[in-house]
Amino acid sequence: MNQLLEFIKDNIQITYILILSIFVGVEVIKSIPAVLHTPLMSGANALSGVVIVGAILVMLHSDPNDFIALTLGFLAVVLGILNVVGGFAVTHRMLQMFKKKK
Amino acid sequence: MSVLLSVIYLIATVTFVLGLNKLGHPETAKKGNLIAAFGMGLAIIGTVFIHDLEVPTIIYVLIGAAIAIGSIIGWLIAVKVEMTKMPELVSLFNGFGGASATLIGLVEFSKNVDNTMQATTIVSGIIIGGITFSGSLIAWGKLNGSLKSVIKLPQHNVINNLFFIAVIALAIFMISTGVYNPILLYGLLIGGLVYGILFVLPIGGADMPVVISLLNSLTGIAAAITGILYNNMVMLVGGILVGSAGIILTIAMCKAMNRTLTSVIFGSFTASKDISGTNKTLGSIKNATASDTAIMMNYASNVVIVPGYGLAVAQAQHVIHELEEILTGKGVNVKYAIHPVAGRMPGHMNVLLAESNVDYSILVEMEDINPHFNNTDVVLVVGANDVVNPAAHNDASSPIYGMPILDVENAKHIVVNKRSMNAGYAGIENELFYNSKTSMLFGDAKAALTELVGELKNM
Repeated sequence: MNQLLEFIKDNIQITYILILSIFVGVEVIKSIPAVLHTPLMSGANALSGVVIVGAILVMLHSDPNDFIALTLGFLAVVLGILNVVGGFAVTHRMLQMFKKKK
Repeated sequence: MSVLLSVIYLIATVTFVLGLNKLGHPETAKKGNLIAAFGMGLAIIGTVFIHDLEVPTIIYVLIGAAIAIGSIIGWLIAVKVEMTKMPELVSLFNGFGGASATLIGLVEFSKNVDNTMQATTIVSGIIIGGITFSGSLIAWGKLNGSLKSVIKLPQHNVINNLFFIAVIALAIFMISTGVYNPILLYGLLIGGLVYGILFVLPIGGADMPVVISLLNSLTGIAAAITGILYNNMVMLVGGILVGSAGIILTIAMCKAMNRTLTSVIFGSFTASKDISGTNKTLGSIKNATASDTAIMMNYASNVVIVPGYGLAVAQAQHVIHELEEILTGKGVNVKYAIHPVAGRMPGHMNVLLAESNVDYSILVEMEDINPHFNNTDVVLVVGANDVVNPAAHNDASSPIYGMPILDVENAKHIVVNKRSMNAGYAGIENELFYNSKTSMLFGDAKAALTELVGELKNM
């Protein structure tokens, strides 16, 4: 418990950002027509690929002789970018179909 | 961190919020997706090149290769896959994101094991990432049909919970000892993966969309946790946005099915898989031919089409649009009734029908169309089952009791196109098929509708 309080004290900005982001997420998503649920889910899924930034950081910090760290980092980058590129491309393809005929 | 990189991350974060917001409106959705993608690209490029580390060239080469390989594979899958396979694809990509978070944790744990707070974030990242990875793969397998049955251990809730507690206990032990032990670390990884499997395997029926949405949200949380570890704002905010978006979507879906999240996870829905013996008092069914149906529709003034997963499976979205155009040409007022969870994902039907250029304005949502079934002459149900099952209204013992449905039984005639009398995804009998107003048009949706279109053209 003390350590948690200590962490919050040391990272007060992060804590604020964390909590405010939750509200932003809820507000931004709220009241979305059911039509867009699937593309939205797909787009949000692409965004969760932001974890790739961490994967790149792992590789940048790796010792070139640390084979295990490099392999895991390499895999993490591949999987992360798959999530990003695949996610955005699929969302784009879905939305491409929403043409309004008038 | 350099000022430039901080600014880039800030811009990326803003594009994420703007992008998600624009994704929520039909007119701006495409732009929103592109904006967010642009921000993501910026964040990735900035991360690779802007830092003050001494990085050997080989590392850059490896990063470049990894990005190239992943991008090409991701792009190819995204472009090649059929529109009907969208839900499982989202699940698959989601699993990859979770796996990425787990791998990061595996590398970082040995470096940060002595710092309790850091170790806690890393361990949570490994567990959550592992659960999303294996869980998403199971969901993917279930949706594409390679994992058909609902596999359930006896007392699965108790087993799952005990297992989860064991995983958490192991995590706490690892953090409190503050010693790096690779065996425990990989044990934890396996624990997370196994829990993901145990978590999704028993969930079946119509609940799969909810699970995908929940797992999607978990991946966001895993990304955010990794962001805390690196003190990286773009990961933190991006991850949290996805986390809360996923939760809101999950709740919206649960509401549409009149279920609570706990009942989805702990499964009262799928508990009654037993359908034998329930169909004895239902009476007989009436068969219809394509020409019967064509005549009925030709002389109708209001027709409502109820699309379901069968439409997607048969790839019949184009032929149904053709049917709709012919009927409209004959002066029939045609609408589509879209149940919020028709198909395998909310909005699945909309995406599919949009693919075949169906006008957005004649897709009517459940609450808006239900009062109009009284004035509807013919309802054509194509490959939908549970979402039109009156048991949701009048059979308190039914597992879907209380779920809002499309009240098609109020229409004058109902034509149901199905491949066979097999039960729907929830695995229960549908008395609508035995209604005296209902006729059954058996066959693959595409074949049956093509025949129907042919008949209508000759009239």
